[in-house]
Amino acid sequence: MTLTDLPMLSLLIWLPIFGGLILLMMPGEHRGIRTVGLLTALLTFVLSLLLIAGFDSQTYEMQFVERLSWVRAFNIEYYLGIDGFSMPLIVLTTFSTLLVVIAAWEVIKDRLHYYLAAFLIMEGMMIGVFSALDAILFYVFFEAMLIPLFLVIGIWGGPNRVYATIKFFLYTFLGSVFLLLALLYLQFQTGSFAIPDFHAVPLTLNQQIWLFLAFLIAFAVKIPMWPVHTWLPDAHVEAPTGGSIILAAITLKIGGYGLLRFALPITPDASMTLDWLVIMLSLIAVVYIGFVALAQTDMKKLIAYSSIAHMGFVTLGLFIVFRIFANTNNGYGEVLAIEGAMVQMISHGFIAAAMFLSVGVLYDRMHSRDIYAYGGVANRMPVFTAFAVFFAMANAGLPGTSGFVGEFMVILAAFQANFWYAFLAATTLIIGAAYTLWMIKRVFFGEIANEQVAALQDVNRREFLMLATLAAIVLLIGVWPDPLLSVMHASVENLLTQLAQSKL
Amino acid sequence: MHSSLLLSIVLAPLFGSILAGVFGKQIGREWSHRVTIAGVAIAFLLSLWVLKLVVVDGAYFNASIYRWLQAGPLTLEIGFLIDTLSAIMMVVVTFVSLMVHIYTIAYMQDDDGYCRFFSYLSLFTFSMLMLVMANNFLQLFFGWEAVGLVSYLLIGFWFKKPTAIYANMKAFLVNRVGDFGFLLGIAAVLMYFGSLDYQTVFNQAPMLADQQINIWGSSQWSLMTVVCILLFIGAMGKSAQVPLHVWLPDSMEGPTPISALIHAATMVTAGIFMVARMSPLFEWSSTALSFVLVVGAVTALFMGLLGLVQNDIKRVIAYSTLSQLGYMTVALGVSAYAAGIFHLFTHAFFKALLFLAAGSVIVALHHEQDIRKMGGLKQYLPITYWTSLIGTLALIGFPGLSGFFSKDAIIEAVHASTIPGAGFALWAVMIGVFVTALYSFRLFFLVFHGKPRFDAHGHPPHESPQSITVPLILLAIPSVLAGYLIGEIVYGDFFNGVITVMPHNDVLATAGYHGLLGFVLHGLTALPVWLALAGVLTSWWLYIKRPELPAQIQQRFSGIHKVLENKYGFDSFNDRVFAGGSRGLGRLLSNAGDRVMIDGVVVNGTARLINLIARLGRHIQTGYLYHYAFAMILGVWLLLTWFVKG
Repeated sequence: MTLTDLPMLSLLIWLPIFGGLILLMMPGEHRGIRTVGLLTALLTFVLSLLLIAGFDSQTYEMQFVERLSWVRAFNIEYYLGIDGFSMPLIVLTTFSTLLVVIAAWEVIKDRLHYYLAAFLIMEGMMIGVFSALDAILFYVFFEAMLIPLFLVIGIWGGPNRVYATIKFFLYTFLGSVFLLLALLYLQFQTGSFAIPDFHAVPLTLNQQIWLFLAFLIAFAVKIPMWPVHTWLPDAHVEAPTGGSIILAAITLKIGGYGLLRFALPITPDASMTLDWLVIMLSLIAVVYIGFVALAQTDMKKLIAYSSIAHMGFVTLGLFIVFRIFANTNNGYGEVLAIEGAMVQMISHGFIAAAMFLSVGVLYDRMHSRDIYAYGGVANRMPVFTAFAVFFAMANAGLPGTSGFVGEFMVILAAFQANFWYAFLAATTLIIGAAYTLWMIKRVFFGEIANEQVAALQDVNRREFLMLATLAAIVLLIGVWPDPLLSVMHASVENLLTQLAQSKL
Repeated sequence: MHSSLLLSIVLAPLFGSILAGVFGKQIGREWSHRVTIAGVAIAFLLSLWVLKLVVVDGAYFNASIYRWLQAGPLTLEIGFLIDTLSAIMMVVVTFVSLMVHIYTIAYMQDDDGYCRFFSYLSLFTFSMLMLVMANNFLQLFFGWEAVGLVSYLLIGFWFKKPTAIYANMKAFLVNRVGDFGFLLGIAAVLMYFGSLDYQTVFNQAPMLADQQINIWGSSQWSLMTVVCILLFIGAMGKSAQVPLHVWLPDSMEGPTPISALIHAATMVTAGIFMVARMSPLFEWSSTALSFVLVVGAVTALFMGLLGLVQNDIKRVIAYSTLSQLGYMTVALGVSAYAAGIFHLFTHAFFKALLFLAAGSVIVALHHEQDIRKMGGLKQYLPITYWTSLIGTLALIGFPGLSGFFSKDAIIEAVHASTIPGAGFALWAVMIGVFVTALYSFRLFFLVFHGKPRFDAHGHPPHESPQSITVPLILLAIPSVLAGYLIGEIVYGDFFNGVITVMPHNDVLATAGYHGLLGFVLHGLTALPVWLALAGVLTSWWLYIKRPELPAQIQQRFSGIHKVLENKYGFDSFNDRVFAGGSRGLGRLLSNAGDRVMIDGVVVNGTARLINLIARLGRHIQTGYLYHYAFAMILGVWLLLTWFVKG
């Protein structure tokens, strides 16, 4: 029996959910809570590594496919499968969840079993989002994964958590309604909910534009794109560290993934017609949000705005391909654009997780996110400072770190679309460095600012392990991105073929 | 040449850096400096071997080490290009780095961050080697930014000092402004040349020389001019050319060994190296060359003038570095790339020497850096004194010393050049010679001669330990002798096939070379030597003979003094307009944009609107039956109308 014979994706989806349910049933003081949580997350992570091992990067066809009928009356299926876009995101999900479980180890004292259960159940649903090939199945996971996240923020969050949760809910709900409408409309057109059928169905430009706008609203909220981004800083500020990690590392990626899976291949002509809109919003995200980040004094808000600016590169990369098609025929500009967007998503998953984890390390000790409450942390926490400076540099896109790879690829590609796109995108080199280094300077350098800082203890072994692992990954992708990229080549080529052909 | 030889050269310092940086606590101070020095020494010896292979045996290496990424038909690789240009840079970098490593043992012996400092030094050496050995733009950019990172870490090494952590952030951001242009330049290269590999790009340059591109409106730009100016903006950041020079004087906040290594001898010359490397591109754009020339000339003259009014020993040398970098840039501008690289080569030795000697003085005076509080140190610090004298004479171009040859070659080249801007540049570099001699000997006299003005803290200053004096002596030797290679490097065929010069731009050939003796004799009769002599005499008159004069002059010309003291206002302008402006813009966008417009009007506005509708709705639900009946009738009537009309 080989790997592909096992229902790998189902295992990946349901194993963490099952583990989560066990945790929910355990009494709150049970000593095995951490073990169950860790084992489940670890096992899921190992399973996802097997997914890499069994993945065939030569084909763009869906792999590890599972297809069963679910609701026969409406032709809804339990239809799973992955390609070069979803596989890396699934591994990112299992890794991030493992990180969250370890991050919670001694930190979460209140109802730890519920906390871990929420994240494990969410993990299964997020993997479901990335592997669903049936639109309704996708939609169910897409919506359901938010419930544990709302609970995490609403229960373990900061003082203003209810406002943040409601804002988050309203925003995403607004987007979801449009998504559901679009999916139902596509079912009327195709008679099926299978996403591959949506890819193949011919649509008029008018139909495509309406569908595209619906997709754009739904996924722009998730990414988030300007001007529907203001929920993210609030949600991050109130969320506990684990919530912030998942929010930054995975939830935002679902937006980018949605554009890749739905908007671009289903409505290629509308994407081309309206690419100026997305490009404009992306550049606003890079420049405008960069300046906004410069004005933040709350560490989490600053990183949240930085995330929005970095996600601007994802949407920019995805939507400059049409201009590149028009300008050049060198065959690599558009590949750089799409793969750059993908790398940016993966890389941001690790870097933002590391940044939020670092804020968590400080917050656990001083219970403040205010940049002005710190100063001179390096005197007391030299090892932690080394990590923080490293991740700050990665966030500022230093070559040799993963943060550079995606931005570099997208800027190279953007130049082929239009000089000014590249010009505006490249300002991140200055603005991104300015806000990140300003925070580092203010928090870590200088004389010890107050007694609380003087009492700080450097990272313990658990924190060291997490930060060191993240640093190693960020470094590895930065020094040698080729293996990560080669997983996507076939899927990217296929997507580009879909985009180059008109559906009209 | 085998790639494993080259890999050993870059990896030996990296290995030392990791050992000292990560395991510094475990292996201790002694072993931290041992492993890093061993790593750099290996790199130095192997670099010498590589230089021998390249120069004597005519070896050449250009191959990739591994594939960085693949995108469709495009492959980006990490690899090495070893020719005379990279080989000479490797030797300079590893030699100065080795000297600085040894020097650091004594200079930093009481510092808590001892292991960390050695780790950074070796990391810098690795990054710089990656930069000069690259065979493609990607790796060049990696090295380019990596040296910027280490520079950031080292300027802010004493992270408790507010001035240091201000300076390191400033350095990084100003360099990022340059890198912004540089990255766009690389993107332009990829788009039009279809590759980031040097050789592939250079081979295509002649075909693309007449290409016009459209950037703004309908105006057409020469592709080569756009590419070269964008790349040169990167060089302006790294090599501190006006107006991106502002970070270099502030970088003196870092410990002195790194001022010698990074901010004098190697990193700041990366821009010069890069332009020389890109000569096959720059030669196709006379506009870009003129731009380079004018920027370099402005830097050479105006930054030198600032050296006259500085009182911090390191800042005087820093402005001198700026000015000398200007000379190198001028050389590039007139297509005398070989002369520019040769000046880089000699400057690396005598400027590193001057900085390290300054460090020796600073240590002897218990970290006093104000030259007004020095004087008469000659008798206390004999080795430092004599090596400083050699360095200073080399810097001002005293006949027979290294700086004389390299600087004269540049001036002769400018003299022979006819490109736009050459006339101005000639004036600038000529006056610059006088200014250089003036500020250099001002510094020298104020530090070593005249009456002692220092606070001896009870016991007289004494000469530094061997680990400091030995590097001084070892750097003094090439400061004297390096110039004698001019026949081979500048006027010979050393850079044949490496640096491209168009026949009509070949000013070095026009200037001509008639042997070493002829060069010296010509130099002795030419104006620059006399200008330098005049500078020395003036400074002797002002600071030894009539020490009360400078204050009077300062009073008489207080307006000019004010301008120089304010460094032409660059810093306050940047602080107000760029730093203050972006912070203000950030606050404005954050408050007015995000909080008021989006959250206030749109989001909460929506919430209020819903609230309003709900409240209006509540008014409708009055509970009176006739209201409902009326509403029903109205509704039916509306529906009917709609159906009938539709």
